[in-house]
Amino acid sequence: MARQETSDTVAGGLGRHIKAATEIPFVRRWLAAQPFWVAVAVVLICAVMSWLEPDSFPTRDNFFNITRNFAYIGIMALGMMAVIITGGIDLSVGSVMGLTGIVCGLVLQAGHSWWLAVLAGLGAGALCGLVNGVFVAYVGLPSFVVTLGMLAAARSFAVVLSENKMIYEFGPDGDVFTAIGGGEIAGVSNMVWLLLAMTVVFGFVFRFTRWGRHVYAVGGNEAAARLAGVAVNRIKLQTYTLCALTSAIAAIMVVGWQGSAINALGTGYELRVIASTVIGGANLMGGEGGAFGAFIGATLIEVIRNSLLMAGIDSNWQGAFVGAFIVLAVLLQRIRGSRAD
Amino acid sequence: MAVLELQGISKHFGAIEALSQVDFTLDGGEIVGLMGDNGAGKSTLVKIMAGNFPPSAGRMMLEGRPVHFHKPVDARAAGIEVVYQDLALCNNLTASANVFLAREKMRGFGPFRILDDRAMNERARELFAELKSETLPAEKVRLMSGGQRQAVAIARTHLSQAKIVLMDEPTAAISVRQVAEVLDLLRRLREQGMAVVLISHRMPDVFDVADRIVVLRRGHKVADKPIRDSSPEEVTGLITGAIRDA
Repeated sequence: MARQETSDTVAGGLGRHIKAATEIPFVRRWLAAQPFWVAVAVVLICAVMSWLEPDSFPTRDNFFNITRNFAYIGIMALGMMAVIITGGIDLSVGSVMGLTGIVCGLVLQAGHSWWLAVLAGLGAGALCGLVNGVFVAYVGLPSFVVTLGMLAAARSFAVVLSENKMIYEFGPDGDVFTAIGGGEIAGVSNMVWLLLAMTVVFGFVFRFTRWGRHVYAVGGNEAAARLAGVAVNRIKLQTYTLCALTSAIAAIMVVGWQGSAINALGTGYELRVIASTVIGGANLMGGEGGAFGAFIGATLIEVIRNSLLMAGIDSNWQGAFVGAFIVLAVLLQRIRGSRAD
Repeated sequence: MAVLELQGISKHFGAIEALSQVDFTLDGGEIVGLMGDNGAGKSTLVKIMAGNFPPSAGRMMLEGRPVHFHKPVDARAAGIEVVYQDLALCNNLTASANVFLAREKMRGFGPFRILDDRAMNERARELFAELKSETLPAEKVRLMSGGQRQAVAIARTHLSQAKIVLMDEPTAAISVRQVAEVLDLLRRLREQGMAVVLISHRMPDVFDVADRIVVLRRGHKVADKPIRDSSPEEVTGLITGAIRDA
């Protein structure tokens, strides 16, 4: 009974609902979940780093930097999470980000308003996602192949459109645009606030809506979902579109923050984004994952990267650590999975 | 009146004649064992009833009215449910989420509607109780035994108030102890007035629960008789062709 009361105080009225729905105490469910342990790791690393580097790590500036640096990866990881839960993968997120950034830059450079730039960026992203989704869901090609193609194609469009130049003269509405991505509220970057809001929305959608339930069903057993009457193809199309849209949102924010658009924006980000979701508990075979996992996975990677820099380790080692963490995360899932069976 | 009546059903796939002139009737509250060797046409017949494809010739009457199914959804809407051999369940979801998949209960109003897991769990608990199965609604299917999975799959058909349940090899992939559990589930369905078609290779199971037996061989119906007038030996002979018909 004591445990139930704790869970109610933790999650308020929601806690009671979740408990009734699953009959497994809220706290115990958390303890069994990978995102919880990743969060513990984040706290531990931060504690150790604050002790080792009291002058540089636990500072306001560093907090601002870390949170902003994982915010755009986290935003993309939320969309990637939806695709991975259905059992697919989207390798094109970095290139879609690059293309979107260039589209936004060009619209601004032409003297159009900031909202047109935002809409054009979202439109470009959505279009890439629709193409991915149609080929995966309706033509039936493997997501790996389709999005690998988009990885190449979207980057190429970005280079062609930009005529391989940096775009930094943003026209009359450039100030508003850069204020969106580069601004801050209460000492925290806008991007971080956006990530927080999106994590809550995605978490709600995954857990409480019919659409979310169907996304998990597609990843759990696509044939079964289809037989039950789930609109499998439509769900897949929507997840790829959503994933590309989150890349577009990330691009809009990053271009605003940096005040310029380059066609190389987002190169190699697919690895960091996918790593975030996997570290946060997504199963690459589909069916498992959640919004908080995407958030905390992105956080862990950035905290580790920042810690390495602080510890004076060459930042080129980051890839080795990220790679090791992906394998470790999948290994952990395997171990937990075999125990469950 | 028969719940389902098939008259002169034939099905060709190119030059291959999978079914020829098969008549088949099904009454409420009976279990019909459908037997035959691989390629005898069992699954073709089931797929026609389930709406996977239309017959090349013949008519299908549901409660006296002619029906034409173009998609499995049509058959399901008419009250025909299929429980598949490979147990079409999502392992990552709970039992009640599987029972209610694609027909979830929602709460809220207007566009602000969320999943009503509590109501779904309660209803699923009732369905499992009716089936006398010890399946927990909120447990993930991944953690369940073969018998419990069958209960989940059958509860799905129950939920939709199906009139006819087609069971494709329900006892093929589970342990001996669970077979008894599944056969009990079938008896529950019969008690509730449903018509059940049991497609099975396992002679003892069919003779245990079925009221009537239908045997197909090379696309032809070679037997259709009450189970008490038959014997496993006779059915084996009919399946292999040692006995021409009965």
